[in-house]
Amino acid sequence: MLENEEIDEPTIKPVKEIFQTFFKSYSAVTGLFILIGIAVMGFIGPLFYPTDPFDMVWMPFSPPGADGFLLGTDYLGRDILSQIINGARVSIAIGFLAALVSCFIGVGIGSFAGFYGGWVEETLMRITEFFQVLPTLLFAMVIVALFGSSVLSITLAIGAVSWASVARITRSEFLRIKELDFVLASRSSGSNNMALIFRVILPNAAAPIIVQSALLVGAAITFEAGLAFLGLSDPNVISWGQVIGSNRVYILDATYTVTFPGIAIFITVLAISLVGDGLNDALNPKLRSR
Amino acid sequence: MLLVLLVVVVLNFLMLHLAPGDIADTIAQTMGGADEQDMAELRKQYGLDQPFFIQLFNYVVRVALLDFGHSHFYNLPVFDLIMERFPATLLLVFSAQILSLFVGILLGVYAAQNPNGLSSLFVNMFSLFGYAAPVFWTGILLLIAFSLHIPIFPVSGMRDITIESSNFFVHFFDVLRHLFLPMITLASIFFAYYSRLCRASMLEVLGADFVRTAKAKGLSKKDVLLKHALKNSLSPVITFAGLSFSAVVSGAILVETVYSWPGLGTLAFNSIISRDTPVLLGILIFSTLMVTVGNLLTDLTLKALDPRIKI
Repeated sequence: MLENEEIDEPTIKPVKEIFQTFFKSYSAVTGLFILIGIAVMGFIGPLFYPTDPFDMVWMPFSPPGADGFLLGTDYLGRDILSQIINGARVSIAIGFLAALVSCFIGVGIGSFAGFYGGWVEETLMRITEFFQVLPTLLFAMVIVALFGSSVLSITLAIGAVSWASVARITRSEFLRIKELDFVLASRSSGSNNMALIFRVILPNAAAPIIVQSALLVGAAITFEAGLAFLGLSDPNVISWGQVIGSNRVYILDATYTVTFPGIAIFITVLAISLVGDGLNDALNPKLRSR
Repeated sequence: MLLVLLVVVVLNFLMLHLAPGDIADTIAQTMGGADEQDMAELRKQYGLDQPFFIQLFNYVVRVALLDFGHSHFYNLPVFDLIMERFPATLLLVFSAQILSLFVGILLGVYAAQNPNGLSSLFVNMFSLFGYAAPVFWTGILLLIAFSLHIPIFPVSGMRDITIESSNFFVHFFDVLRHLFLPMITLASIFFAYYSRLCRASMLEVLGADFVRTAKAKGLSKKDVLLKHALKNSLSPVITFAGLSFSAVVSGAILVETVYSWPGLGTLAFNSIISRDTPVLLGILIFSTLMVTVGNLLTDLTLKALDPRIKI
């Protein structure tokens, strides 16, 4: 009789297997290397290329390659290469922190909605739906315009508007997992609701949440650049978006001032999405036999 | 739908309330300063001395009566300003959405017939590009390529004011010529997503029994693909298109500022620069309205595709 019964497949794969699948994929490994490269550039690069990104070092609008400035100078005569090297830190930091914020909100709302069901779920999912209907960029613009454009408020604004996808995924995973036997087993052995949510179900729901959060990092970097393009960036720090935003008036005369930071964003987000795809293949148990 | 709008309005009010500074401060700033007594008078004039909930109620009632406040930068009612710009944004958003759906579905159907071929690779590459390239950056590149180096399309705006013809079609094609680049730019994010989704959903449907039946009946390849497979694989694509409406509106704001398209996006951009908060809040309400209408249209399309769906 037992033979006919379906045995729950474990939803978490052994760590070793995850790494193996991940590193077997060329694109994922390439993405990871690019990301590490960019992070190294951002954090150690300034030691080897000490030009201050805020310093006026040469004539404005010196084209790339001329006068010893590889990527040229911007409208104030600042070195663009140095801005890109130093901007990596802030762009990546904002991307990660904003994704972390949306991950927290999304997991919180999604897990409570999925676990408790009933009116709790109804209310929380209504809120989530609302945030899906809201034009996120405009909402973030309003927040940043009202509360000032510091790195903190920009990060929080991006995090606060982009958690809806995480909440939906978390909820649907919770709905699936909470019916499984090991949850019942844990409940009957006396675990309270909080322990069930955070120590029993959440670790089993982690895979798709991690993948989604990885993609959110990329989205947040583009988001920050978009805000900066509209003039909503912290004037006291250099980020890639800020370089684009401050030069946007001159795009027709000095294209490169916008092209290069754009390429930096493009490559970074591309690398993140490659890593995200790789994580998806490595973590998703449904695809394991492929 | 009304509930969503109500929540946006309340949220607007909350943000206004929580943000440092109020209307009185802004006005005092533009006047070059005011003393305590004047400030108190201003606050009283704008009802800022009332209790929280009465202020909230007043705000909601005012918005419901289409009074979004007054733009101190343009010196015009916000509602009039928005109505003037609204059609341009509507045109951009819907044309981009329809174009990206059309191209996306076409590309997806094509790629699905050859799941491991070149076209599928192309679709995947393209969707990565759509995800990774910031939309304003794509816009700038297209602008430089097709307005500066190969001047086929105009650099900015929506109309050529030098045209004096009274012929409707002349103006129609003029707007179309201006619309082309912004539309392509905005669509570039989304047709990648749609084509990828359509490809996946087509692949699933093509393996279904009813497709085999259709083939066995001796229907032509075209009939099987378009009448049987496509119709049944469209609903996830349309659903996703509905969910992306808010992203399309967000993208439109960036695209508009690149091409100086005279819509809500450029208005929002200008209102940020001039610290014109009432305009920004009005735009938020209006674009939410646009998204909810877009979602409603999506639901109706879904119902037309599949009569089993109830709204």
